[in-house]
Amino acid sequence: MTHTTDTGRYRLMDAQPVNLDGVAVADASVGLVAFDSPDDPEPSLVVGADGSVVEMDSRGCDDFDVVDAFIASHGLDVAVAPRAMATPDVEVATMLVDPAVPRGDVVALVAGMTPAKLARVLGTLTPAELTLAMTKMRARRTPSNQAHVTNRSDDPLLLAADAATAAAFGFREIETTVPVLADAASNAVAVSVGAAVASPGVLVQCSVEEATELEMGMRGLVSYAETVSLYGTEQVFVDGDDTPWSKALLASAYASRGVKMRVTSGGGAEALMGAAEGRSMHYLEARCVSLARAIGAQGVQNGGIDAASVAASVPGGVRMMMAENLMVMARNLESCTGNDALMSESDVRRTSRTLPMLLAGTDFICSGFGSIQRYDNMFGPSNWNAEDLDDFLLMQRDWGVDGGLRTPAPADVRALRRRAVDAVTAVYRHLGLADFSPQWADQAVEAAGSKDVPAADLMVPLTASRVIAETGLTMVDVVAALYETGFDAEAEAMLAMLRARVAGDYLQTSAIFTEDFAVLSAVTDPNDYAGPGTGYRPTPARQAGIDAVRQQRSVADLRASQAARASDAFREVGPAAAGSDPREVVIGVSPATGRQLWVTLSGLPVEAVLDELAAGLEEEGCTARVVRVDHTIDLGLIGLTAARLAGSGIGIGLQAKGTALIHRRDLAPLANLELYSVAPVVDAAHYRLMGVNAGRHAKGATPVPVRNPYTDEAIEARYHTTVVALVAIERACCTPGAVPQELAVTR
Amino acid sequence: MSSPAASGRDPSTVTVDAVRAGGVTMDDLRIHPDTLAHQADVAEAHANPQLAENFRRAAELATLDDADVLAAYEALRPHRSSAADLEQLAASLAERGAPRCAALVAEAALVYARRGLLRP
Repeated sequence: MTHTTDTGRYRLMDAQPVNLDGVAVADASVGLVAFDSPDDPEPSLVVGADGSVVEMDSRGCDDFDVVDAFIASHGLDVAVAPRAMATPDVEVATMLVDPAVPRGDVVALVAGMTPAKLARVLGTLTPAELTLAMTKMRARRTPSNQAHVTNRSDDPLLLAADAATAAAFGFREIETTVPVLADAASNAVAVSVGAAVASPGVLVQCSVEEATELEMGMRGLVSYAETVSLYGTEQVFVDGDDTPWSKALLASAYASRGVKMRVTSGGGAEALMGAAEGRSMHYLEARCVSLARAIGAQGVQNGGIDAASVAASVPGGVRMMMAENLMVMARNLESCTGNDALMSESDVRRTSRTLPMLLAGTDFICSGFGSIQRYDNMFGPSNWNAEDLDDFLLMQRDWGVDGGLRTPAPADVRALRRRAVDAVTAVYRHLGLADFSPQWADQAVEAAGSKDVPAADLMVPLTASRVIAETGLTMVDVVAALYETGFDAEAEAMLAMLRARVAGDYLQTSAIFTEDFAVLSAVTDPNDYAGPGTGYRPTPARQAGIDAVRQQRSVADLRASQAARASDAFREVGPAAAGSDPREVVIGVSPATGRQLWVTLSGLPVEAVLDELAAGLEEEGCTARVVRVDHTIDLGLIGLTAARLAGSGIGIGLQAKGTALIHRRDLAPLANLELYSVAPVVDAAHYRLMGVNAGRHAKGATPVPVRNPYTDEAIEARYHTTVVALVAIERACCTPGAVPQELAVTR
Repeated sequence: MSSPAASGRDPSTVTVDAVRAGGVTMDDLRIHPDTLAHQADVAEAHANPQLAENFRRAAELATLDDADVLAAYEALRPHRSSAADLEQLAASLAERGAPRCAALVAEAALVYARRGLLRP
C-alpha cells in the first residue's frame, strides 16, 4: 500500500508526529501479532495419577521446554485445575468483571489455569471491561507510582536533587540505572540519599546486570530489585543468560536478604529478539506471568516495557499490553503496569495508552515515569517524563483519581534539592568518595537536566563506585556518614529502611512504605473493591492534594490582579442623555469597567481601548461619547443601549474583558454589525479599525468588515476560567433598572 | 522485642547512635530464617503458595554467606555447570540445611540435561 500524498490534506496528515510511528502488518510467523496466533496452542491440562502434569497446553511433558517444565512443576494448583480448565472463557471473564464475585474467588480459580487458558480468558475482555477488572483485581488497595531518576553523566549531585524532586512529587519507588556500568554503586547511594531527604520510605533500585544488582542489594545499597527478566520462549530466556531455575534462586536470594523483588517481562520482547516461535505476544506473556508466579516472585513489571512500541505497532497491541497487566493481577501478584518506554511520537497515542490504567488505579501506574527530562533518561524516554508532570497532575485532577502523584510547593522543591545536594556532598567527602565544587552543587540544584550542569566531572562517579567496591562500603556506612555530617533525619530514614529488611513485611505482595514506614501491601492494605461505593477512595486530605495544582487561580486572585492595575481614569458625570449630532457614536462600557476591572484579556488598559476606538472614529470625522451601561452585562444590549443614545444611531459595546461590537439602534439586541468575539487576541490596531468602521456606519456607508483575529491555540482553555471570574465580577456590579451614566475618561 | 536479625540482634537496638559507635554490620540488618518462615505462612494464608515456597527457600539461603548465594545463582545459569557440578551443589546445599534449594538444583539438573543447558 502506498501513501497518497497528492493533496494538501495528506501533506498535512503526513506531517503529524503520529506518522513517525512504525505501524506493522500483523505477521504471526515472526511474532508480530497481539492475540490469537494460528500457532498458539489449545489450552489443555492432563494431570497424572501422582499429581504431576503430563500435558499442558497441548504439549506432552517429554517435550516441555524450560518454561513449560517450571510452570508445570511449580506454578499450577492441580487441585482446582480441573474446574478451572473446564470453566468457559466467558464465564471466567465475567467473574473478573463482576463486582459481586470476590477477588479471592477469581484468584483461586485462576491458580488452576494454564497460560493458554488464561490468555484465552483475557482475550475476550473489551478495554472498558479490562479497566473495571483492573479496578477490582489489583492486589493493593492504594495506587502508587514509580519514577526513573537517571542522567547522562551519572552526576551524583544531580541524581540526588532529582531523586528528592521525584520523592517530593509523590513517587514511592525510584529506579535508577547507569550509562556506565561501573558507576552503579555511586548512583544507588546518591539516589537513596536524595530520596531520603524528601520523603522517608521511598524504595530505590539500580537496574544493572543480575548478579551485580543482587550484590548491591546484599550490601544495602538498594532497597528493591526489578530487573529480573523473564521471557516466554526458551531460546530468548537462554539468550538472556538465565533459566527459570536460576531466576527462582535469584528470587530466593533477594528474599534471603529481606529485599523486595519483582520480575520484568512484556509482550513483543520475543519478537524483538527473533524467537517468538510464531506465538502471539499475549500467549507468550501469559507464559511469563505464569512463570513469575511459579518461581515465587511477588510481582511483575510488564505491559510492553522495552518492546512497548513493538506491541503498539500491531492491531490490538495496546489492549494486549493492558491485558498483560491484568493477567498479573489475576495471578495475585503485584502489577507494575508498564507505561514505561515511550511507545509513540504522538502525545495522543501515548496518552491513550496510559489512560485506562490511570482510571482503574494499579499498584504502580508507571513502571518508570521519567521524572527527569527525556534526554537524561538512560532507559530511553518514558511514556511520561518531566516535561509531562503537570499534564499527569492535571489528568489526576480532571478525573478525580489517584495516580500516585502530588503537587509540592516550588520553594519546597528548591530547598529539598539543595539539601539533597548538600547531603551527598557531605557523605561523599566524609567517606572519601569525592569532593564537589560549590559551583557544581549550585548548578545541580538549579538544573532542569544534566545539560545545565557543565561542572559535572564524569570521573567522580567512577572513582566513587570503585572506592565503594574496594572498601566494601555498605549503606550502614552511609547512615553513619549522614549522622556525622549533621543529616540526622536522613540517617534515621535510611536506617529505618535497612531495619525494615529484618521484619520482612515488605517482601509481601505489592508492598510500599508510607512516609511513616507503615507497609501498604496485599496483606495490610488489600484491595476491597466490590462495586460502586467500595474500594479505594482518596481521603479528603489526599483528594485536596490531587486537586490543589499549582496553576489554580481563584476569583479573589483575579480580583487582586485587576486591582493591581486599577486606574482613576473613569469619572461618572451624570445620567447619559440621547445625543442629536449625526456624527456622534456612543461607546457603551460594561458595569464593572473602571470600578473593579481595568484591563482586558489581551492586557490592554480599557482606557487605551477607548482611545483607539475614539481615534478611529475621529479618522472618519466622527466623535465619541462614553457611557457606562449598568443595567445589563450582555454585550449586545450594552451596544444597543449605546446606539440608542447616539446621535448617529450607531453604538459600540465594550466589555471590560475586551469583547466589542458595533450596533445600530434599529437592530434586535442579539444582532450586530461587527463583533470581536475572541478578546485575548484583539490588539490596539483592531480596536482602531473598529472605530473607523463604526464611523463609516455612522455615515451610512457599508464598510468592509474587519477580519476577526483567529488562532489555532486553545484560547478558550487558556481564558475561560478567567472569563467566568470576570463575568461574575461584572454581574456583581450590575444594577437592574439603572440608567446609563456618562463617563469622563482621562488619560 | 521485634523479630531478631540474622545475627540475633534486636533491631530496635540498631539505632543511629549504635551505627555511629561502629557497632552495627549488615548482619544486624539481615532477616532471620524464622522471620522468613513466618512470612511464608503469611503468603500461604494470602493465596500465594509459590511466594511462600520462595520465602522457605530464602530461609535456607539466609544462613549462607553472600558469596555462596551468588555462586549458587551463577551455577544455575545456562551452560555454567555440568551434571556433576549440579549434583555436587545440590548435595552441598542439602548438607548445609538447604533441602528445598537442593531439590531445586536437582530438578534443574534433570531439565538442563534434557534441554541441552549443561556445560558441555
